[in-house]
Amino acid sequence: MPTPKAPAKPAIRVKQLQRSFGARKALDHVNVEVQPGEMVALIGASGSGKSTLLRHLVGLAGDKAPGSVEMLGRSVQADGRVSSDIRRVRADVGFVFQQFNLVGRLPVMTNVLAGTLSRVPLWRSLTGRFTVEERQAALDALARVGLHEMAWQRASTLSGGQQQRAAIARTLVQRAKVILADEPIASLDPESSRRVMEILARINAEDRTTVVVSLHQVDFAVRYCPRTVALRDGSVVYDGPSAGLTPQLLRHLYGATADELHGAADGFDVRDVALRAGRAQGLSGAAAVA
Amino acid sequence: MTTSPSVAPAASAGGKVPLSPPLRQSLPALLGWAVLLAVLAASWEGAEIRPWALISDAGNMATFARDFFPPNFTDWRYYLQEMLITLQIAVWGTALSVVLAVPFGLLCAENIAPVWVRQPVRRLMDAFRAINEMVFAMLFVVAVGLGPFAGVMALFIHTTGILAKLFSEAVEAIDPRPVEGIRATGANALEEIAYGVIPQVLPLWISYTLYRFESNVRSATVVGMVGAGGIGVVLWEIIRGFYFAETCAVMLIIIATVTLIDIASARLRKLFI
Repeated sequence: MPTPKAPAKPAIRVKQLQRSFGARKALDHVNVEVQPGEMVALIGASGSGKSTLLRHLVGLAGDKAPGSVEMLGRSVQADGRVSSDIRRVRADVGFVFQQFNLVGRLPVMTNVLAGTLSRVPLWRSLTGRFTVEERQAALDALARVGLHEMAWQRASTLSGGQQQRAAIARTLVQRAKVILADEPIASLDPESSRRVMEILARINAEDRTTVVVSLHQVDFAVRYCPRTVALRDGSVVYDGPSAGLTPQLLRHLYGATADELHGAADGFDVRDVALRAGRAQGLSGAAAVA
Repeated sequence: MTTSPSVAPAASAGGKVPLSPPLRQSLPALLGWAVLLAVLAASWEGAEIRPWALISDAGNMATFARDFFPPNFTDWRYYLQEMLITLQIAVWGTALSVVLAVPFGLLCAENIAPVWVRQPVRRLMDAFRAINEMVFAMLFVVAVGLGPFAGVMALFIHTTGILAKLFSEAVEAIDPRPVEGIRATGANALEEIAYGVIPQVLPLWISYTLYRFESNVRSATVVGMVGAGGIGVVLWEIIRGFYFAETCAVMLIIIATVTLIDIASARLRKLFI
């Protein structure tokens, strides 16, 4: 649903966000702004703060974090206090998790219909009385991710990639204006990863939905996202076009491991380093080959 | 080091490894046994344990046992009727307790309710559980009069306490991720429970409920003995009247019923786990 854009209202605005776990700084004065309709990759080594940042955007990371977060012009948190009407923000933001977070014993259909919960009156949601239109919308969303034929199967019977697509269908039913995907392909095989990324890119292109996706595999960022934000030890160390990611920067991001792996070879390209960096993170190097 | 290559590395790594665990590890177990034996010995006097009575009074017991046989099934229709009432007491006692145990169980769960709700509710459930059905039955016989309803109420209160605890333990063991998935859609707390929590715990909850129904059939026969209706009343009357052949018949009926219910419910529970 293309909305008339007020130019001064970013989809995401993070100001001076800090978060520490004990002595470790998970986020260190992070400032990020994302405009409506952008598709942004969030990259960085394990523990660089990608997940923490994404979870803070919808108030899923708890209190005690100085700084402010605004989504779609609404306050998510200010001075460490999560806003009291956080549910209205969440209603407009689809969140896709690494482990899919579907309810395994419920049918795929019901999992997807959960996307309507913020709009449906309580008596209907608690009794499971969804209207024909809502069911149709859920089925359409499932068709868009290619799962309509599995609508009435239990979610737990689906493969990882299928579950992740169902989770994306849920954000479609939610009519999310922003989709945040926290390592959506980190547990998937190469082919499933490609499909998930392509679906996200298509939703971004067709619906002008803002998409922020955190990734381990740099080459996926380069291929699908025009812009990349890179985190290292909780600080933004790069924010710009994905094509501008240099080998030096990647080496800086992934530390000595990428450097070691690179070894004495000369004449490498970004894709190469990305692949190696992905491996260095202990993640499927195969995914980078896809 | 010039040890031959055939020597195992563990042995060559200096210091001998003893073949039994160090005393530090076996001491707690030994202490545990000592305490257990001490407790048993200390309770011997209080419980008036007299195993030899079983032998010296064997003759009396044989005579007593002979009075039970053959069982007298003359009034079997009446017995079965009362047995049915006992089952109905168990059905309603269990059903009502489930209705209360669901909200109370959720309110007892660490991952659902804040501590200032959880603790008072837990203590209330403790109280429900701490007092035996028999005691509740005697109280309700006074409150609502003799009859099955007193039995229903007694089972209801006691089972609520038990099921609430079992239900809350199931809730505490859920996977938090699906709940977070529901939360992320902007759902409210009740919807999170309905869509994220309940589907995960439902099989266990059903299984616990069936198990408690089994136990309640047994308990319902006993609460009858204080006047709370059903086969228990019959049993109490014929035992007091020394009608041992009839007592035997009633006991056989109870055993058969409870066995049947146990088997059926165990079969059913398997479907849900």
